Amino acid sequence: MTDTLETPSSQDEHAADEHHGPSDKQFVTIFLILAAITAVEVAVTYIDIGPLFLPVLLGLMVVKFFTVVLYFMHIKFDNNVFGRLFYIGLGLAVFVYAAALSTFQFFAG
Amino acid sequence: MAIIERPTEIPDTANRGVRPAPKASTNYGYLRRPVETTGWRSWAFTVDHKKIGIMYGAVAMFFFILGGLEAALIRLQLAGPDGTILSADKYNQMFTMHATTMVFLFVMPMAAAFANYFIPLQIGARDVAFPRLNALSLWVFVFGGVFLNTSWFLGGGADGGWFMYAPNSSVPFSPTNGVDFWGLGLQITGIASLVGAINLIVTVLNMRAPGMSMMKMPIFTWMAFVVQMLLLFAIPVITVALFLLMFQRSFGAQFFSVEAGADPLLWQHLFWIFGHPEVYILVLPSFGIISEVLPVFSKKPLFGYPFVVFSGAAIGFVGWGVWAHHMFASGLGPVSVAVFSVATMAIAVPTGVKIINWTLTLWGGKLTFTTAMLFAVGLIVQFTIGGLSGVTHAVAPSDTQQTDTYYIVAHFHYVIFGGAVLGLFSGFYYWWPKVFGKLLSESLGKWNFWLMIAGMNLTFGPMHIIGLQGQPRRMYRWTEFRAGEGFFNLGFWNLVATIGTFVLGVGILLFLVNIWITHRPNSKTPPAPADPWDARSLEWITSSPPKEYNFARTPQVSQLDEFFHRKYEDVGEGDKHEYVQKMTGEEVIQFEEDNADPNIHLPAPSYWPMVLAFALPVMAYGVIYNTLLIVAGAAIATMAMFGWALEPADAEASDFDPPVEGDEMSKELANV
Amino acid sequence: MSESLISDTVKDAVEIVKDHHHDVHDHDVHGGDDHSGDHGGHHTSLGLSNTKLAMWLFLGSECLLFGGLISTYMLYRNRHSENLGPDQLWDIPFTSATSFVLLTSSLTMVLAVSAAKRKDLRNTKIYLGVTALLGGLFLAGQIYEFTVFYREGLGFTTSLFSSSFFTLTGFHGVHVSIGIIMLVAMIGMLSKEKVSGDEAEAVEMVGLYWHFVDIVWIIIFTLVYLIPA
Repeated sequence: MTDTLETPSSQDEHAADEHHGPSDKQFVTIFLILAAITAVEVAVTYIDIGPLFLPVLLGLMVVKFFTVVLYFMHIKFDNNVFGRLFYIGLGLAVFVYAAALSTFQFFAG
Repeated sequence: MAIIERPTEIPDTANRGVRPAPKASTNYGYLRRPVETTGWRSWAFTVDHKKIGIMYGAVAMFFFILGGLEAALIRLQLAGPDGTILSADKYNQMFTMHATTMVFLFVMPMAAAFANYFIPLQIGARDVAFPRLNALSLWVFVFGGVFLNTSWFLGGGADGGWFMYAPNSSVPFSPTNGVDFWGLGLQITGIASLVGAINLIVTVLNMRAPGMSMMKMPIFTWMAFVVQMLLLFAIPVITVALFLLMFQRSFGAQFFSVEAGADPLLWQHLFWIFGHPEVYILVLPSFGIISEVLPVFSKKPLFGYPFVVFSGAAIGFVGWGVWAHHMFASGLGPVSVAVFSVATMAIAVPTGVKIINWTLTLWGGKLTFTTAMLFAVGLIVQFTIGGLSGVTHAVAPSDTQQTDTYYIVAHFHYVIFGGAVLGLFSGFYYWWPKVFGKLLSESLGKWNFWLMIAGMNLTFGPMHIIGLQGQPRRMYRWTEFRAGEGFFNLGFWNLVATIGTFVLGVGILLFLVNIWITHRPNSKTPPAPADPWDARSLEWITSSPPKEYNFARTPQVSQLDEFFHRKYEDVGEGDKHEYVQKMTGEEVIQFEEDNADPNIHLPAPSYWPMVLAFALPVMAYGVIYNTLLIVAGAAIATMAMFGWALEPADAEASDFDPPVEGDEMSKELANV
Repeated sequence: MSESLISDTVKDAVEIVKDHHHDVHDHDVHGGDDHSGDHGGHHTSLGLSNTKLAMWLFLGSECLLFGGLISTYMLYRNRHSENLGPDQLWDIPFTSATSFVLLTSSLTMVLAVSAAKRKDLRNTKIYLGVTALLGGLFLAGQIYEFTVFYREGLGFTTSLFSSSFFTLTGFHGVHVSIGIIMLVAMIGMLSKEKVSGDEAEAVEMVGLYWHFVDIVWIIIFTLVYLIPA
């Protein structure tokens, strides 16, 4: 009945994203990169790198965050809709809470 | 309801309505599905979005009356100098519970009622994406609302105002359990909203009928969709705030205790990050409703549909960047105040776009002033007044003058009553024949409308004056001595406001009378025609009230205003449109019925949503009174979740009549 | 009241994980009568799964929840008595180890999903089991850490810092616990063949939730533990 009239590509897409994701080996590689980044993060807290400390740590955090989201959570290979819904929430969270904290003069010192 | 599992016997259109009802099972084994089609069980365990919508509406209406009575007591107290009706303490509880009830237990669930009932119908779906979660939302809301109001009998309601500012909400300042009930109650109704939001967003994204692209969706569905997005992201913010409040009050944390070095502004930020999107959560559904009503009674398409859609979405987004305008008087610092002031003025733009679109929809139309139309036009006028006084708050210096005066009370009542409530009433009159199959009385409806408009202006209009004269909001009595002279005499305007409240009350009473007259047992009101208003959108391409499976066949959509385009043909040339009727609404519906889908598969009812919802107030009482109750509640919840997960997808085959043997249709059923 | 959040989350989770056959069924409200094929009932406007959409919406919503808790902590992290602050309490090597454990559990989770997509049931269950085990190890580490802090005098109500710290990490811990329950339930469902829908998708849902819990910890680890050092 309705089958023929609805998005005929849906099954293809399903099939597609099963084949486009990373292989198990690649997952292990990604994990090793994440582990290495974590090691760097921890190391950074022990060696003095001066004013770079905060930006480096935050940068590494963001890299780790998105590596997991993009690869482990499949956002890179999945339909855009999933990512968009998640990023709206993420973006709003970052925006409103950063703005709220800034009104406390939180970032001034 | 359990017939849902039965394929409908198609070719036999004449007997469509008289399918044999399934036999109610007498054996309620742990994992069976309920099957009743009549009686209270058919409502309590239903997963039909229409029944759920109706129940949402009925419960919200009850809370509307309750909140109205609370308002009446407030106004009686303030009618004359040195009011004695309420004590200061009771007065605090009254305005807090009035606001909480109206916002969380009336407008939000009433909007949810409309969204639940009409989103699936407007997008051509047979139900929502997760029918059992839908039932869960309803019951969680109902139990949460009841839980919140039991505080009246258990030491008194909350008394901190609806935004419950810290540290005033801490135990030393509010020693009864009222605030605990408030916090836990809102936590529970918040879960209802969150679950509902996820459900309806998935429904809109994924359950649309073939051909219905997002930009062909009826405008109400669009606005309701934006509202669900707002709820999805706003609810967790208040959840955090309420958890902090609970930890503060029940477990000794000091998140808001100034003496411990805390920053009470934290509460204000969390509350208003939620609270400002909440304002749009309240009004956008009504904007959606009147955007349906205005075109129908102007006999014109909605002017600039994409603009209405995108301004709605823009309001949804910008609404996240203006919350601190509720906090101008709290010492945010000049930069923050300036930034939020500008953002607040900016949000007036998309709102203005909407008002222009509505006005231009009316412009040059063949207007019919039915009650629904009157309420819709009333919304435009009254909401504009509220919007304009809102712009005066965006100007920070002027806002500082108005903060915590009755001017604010006047403003938000014009926005919420003039915006949200009038829109909801417009929806009642417009969709009543769709939902209940009978038209409400138009003459009584017009009395209803004019009394409500007169009442609301008499009530809330004078509050502008008494506010600018300096009467603080939440003051439980005023004295003649300081009431002032002449035109600006507080006493006169307070009396007018109180009289206005009762005019308003009579108006709303007429609505209830109207329902009674229409539906009383020996009512002479005939069944409504299938298309009483010459409507435009998809929900009308089915019988009224719709059957449980909504559409005889899943509609194929090719245009915005699909129903209109099926009825009318464009015979104009080039850019000139001229529509002539080619079919009546009844014929369109008949055509659909004649081509009905052979097999319609609907979800079976379930006990578990209600059981799971019941566990929440049990746990909430546990937080207040006894930890053992938390454990008991958690046990009920666990049991319900197992039941939920393990119950069979369908009612048992033996629940169907005729039984399986020898019935081709039923055999197919048994394999489902 | 954390129970209500828990039950809410569990309910979502259980719905998503265990309930796949109902879900397939729910899709059917579109009017499909084709139950023979694997794709029976999956006729949706976007061609996407309802449950997966719901899961991502839920995770988007959770961002705002954890955002609020993290902000509260960031605001209050310096408000403590002199000898009971992050600098005195944090044991970075220990927390790094537990963080590493949680990160590893993300790997095993993703391998479970991958095995499930290959319809390799045996490995799916093994990887899910390992994931649950690593999650349990992380949780044990957190409980140990809390106990140490408590012995050193940091109770829930000691200071604004302690309240907001325990609230934030406690919420995360509750999420981990729910994840473990989901993993164990998933293994049970797979063994008893109670997942009548698309098993791979059910496993993937648990995976999404689990990875989300992991990325929240990635943020907490940096903002809460590493930066004050």
